[in-house]
Amino acid sequence: MNAARNTARNPSRPRLAVFKFASCDGCQLSLLDCEDELLAVCEAVEIAYFPEASSAMQPGPYDIVLVEGSITTAHDRERIRRVRRSARRLVTIGACATSGGIQALRNFRDVAEFAHLVYARPEYLDTLAESTPIAAHVPVDHELRGCPIDQRQLLALLDALLRGRRPSIPSAAVCTECKRAGQVCVTVAQGTPCLGPVTQAGCGALCPGFARGCYGCFGPKEAPNTDALAVKLGELGLDPPAVRRFWHTFNAGAGAFRRAGGG
Amino acid sequence: MQRLSLAGLAVLLHVLWADRREIIGPRLRDGAITLGILHRLEDLPVGWSDTAQEAAQYRVVPRADSARFGHVTGPLSWKRWLFLPEEVLFRAVRDDQDGGFTLSATPTAPLRAFLGVRGCDLAAIAIQDRIFAHDPAYCARREATLIIAINCLEPGGTCFCASMETGPQARGAFDLRLTEWLDAGTPSYLVESGSAAGRKLLARLPIEACTPEDQARVEQALAQAATRMGRQLDTGGLAERLAARPGHRHWQQVAARCLSCANCTLVCPTCFCSTIEDRTDLSGTTAERVRRWDSCFDLEHSYIVGGNVRADPAARYRQWLLHKLAYWHTQFGTSGCTGCGRCITWCPVGIDLTVEAAAVAGSEA
Ligand code: SF4
Ligand code: SF4
Ligand code: SF4
Ligand code: SF4
Repeated sequence: MNAARNTARNPSRPRLAVFKFASCDGCQLSLLDCEDELLAVCEAVEIAYFPEASSAMQPGPYDIVLVEGSITTAHDRERIRRVRRSARRLVTIGACATSGGIQALRNFRDVAEFAHLVYARPEYLDTLAESTPIAAHVPVDHELRGCPIDQRQLLALLDALLRGRRPSIPSAAVCTECKRAGQVCVTVAQGTPCLGPVTQAGCGALCPGFARGCYGCFGPKEAPNTDALAVKLGELGLDPPAVRRFWHTFNAGAGAFRRAGGG
Repeated sequence: MQRLSLAGLAVLLHVLWADRREIIGPRLRDGAITLGILHRLEDLPVGWSDTAQEAAQYRVVPRADSARFGHVTGPLSWKRWLFLPEEVLFRAVRDDQDGGFTLSATPTAPLRAFLGVRGCDLAAIAIQDRIFAHDPAYCARREATLIIAINCLEPGGTCFCASMETGPQARGAFDLRLTEWLDAGTPSYLVESGSAAGRKLLARLPIEACTPEDQARVEQALAQAATRMGRQLDTGGLAERLAARPGHRHWQQVAARCLSCANCTLVCPTCFCSTIEDRTDLSGTTAERVRRWDSCFDLEHSYIVGGNVRADPAARYRQWLLHKLAYWHTQFGTSGCTGCGRCITWCPVGIDLTVEAAAVAGSEA
């Protein structure tokens, strides 16, 4: 086997670890979901710490650390620092880790009030007022966006890191992928609101491919003109509260979307 | 000029299929008249129109007749079959024994026919032919493609080929040229050949004679179509005036609305920018170099040593407009715009090249 030979040539494979913070596990599952490539991944790296997938929980240091989830507790705020110290390269994966996730909606409200409504004994809760991205606490080497992340992007990132290349993660709009795929623009041809023009590419323009507008799960692209798109959304019939809600979903905590939604 | 009945059009398609050509032509899909592979005669958008285009507005509506080509340019252009959205330039596979590698063979270009290429798009193909003259894969695909052009008698709301002198009559390197003529709602086709391949093809079709009156009627209809363009662009001295005004305040006014989403460049049939990416597989046995469509609206596209030269979206819009309408003349001897109108229709916020260019050209600052 080629892969086996590759392993034999390189007996000390890079060590990979996957850590979880406040999140739903969906992004980690994208790695397990790789099916065809999973074997190749296991042969290319040593999975040293990945509680979701195996009982092997070896101590660091690790060559590549994937971090899923946002920081919502004082305990996690300390834990991420330890994780960073153990990581040669730290890659955040998914909307929670890169922008605070859907749980960052609480950043605009009173957490104590929420806790009161949801839990019978809120005094047992120990939570921070805000859900924050990993990069707000420690330096991050690379970011994979999305809710959940895109499998091909994850594999391409691992591949690039293993070969010592800079991972190619586009910062352009979802529209670029939509057009390369030859899809018909849902905004122009159907009048459907779409956040594709201000959302970072990476998903392959999944939603417009199914005749739906993009709802921005990959977060803001570089230099997103949210003001101009908000005007367009209004012209398409969304009233101001609906426009604000459109910005405040999975990436409500990402600067440009947070401001666009009035947070 | 000769005439082909509706049944004759069917023969044309069957002859092309018999020659093992893939026919790319107009098809109704996802609420638009796009381009795609035609498998059956009925795949053509019979009785549909999309001519009522406006900035950021596109709708398909039924026609009162059974025209097959009663539409204009849609969301796709022919470039995606010549300059591919994504193309593997080469693939290298590691040899098992000696540590060397083998390059995989370049795929052969499929035999194709483009059916229904309009004047603006014929001009765009001619422009890209010059740009990719040294690209062997492009040239092979182009060589294997037969072009059946169509004259436009019903221009669309964002069309301005008359201003750019590329239409409404399809001129240039076509093999056959059709004009769809409706008599009591039923179409027939006036046909001319433009190449040796076209003449050979024509000889296999059930053509009928065509009268001088038919010819005169077509000419008159084309002249009339030229006066019914949805948009206009005054090109006199335009390149010079645009290039002389890099600091015009209108650039900032456009930037306030522009999303730098790159849709305009990606739908444009002449835009040719690309980026290169190297990929390997996890086992380290295969490596490939991929070329894919890129855009001057993408920040990374203008990243050079020391930083980015067009971080400001105003600079990106200015680059796009000036390249199309000014620098292109110096670079390739023609305008980079054929007047197809796609960038106007498919800009999600309706930024209109003809309006923006006129605004910059129309005042000093
Ligand atoms: S459908 Fe959305 S993502 Fe696709 S081109 Fe239109 S605005 Fe962009
Ligand atoms: S199109 Fe938008 S919402 Fe849909 S998967 Fe992609 S980034 Fe997420
Ligand atoms: S001009 Fe329109 S299509 Fe082009 S980048 Fe700006 S917003 Fe997008
Ligand atoms: S610049 Fe616009 S109108 Fe001109 S050829 Fe390109 S897409 Fe068509």
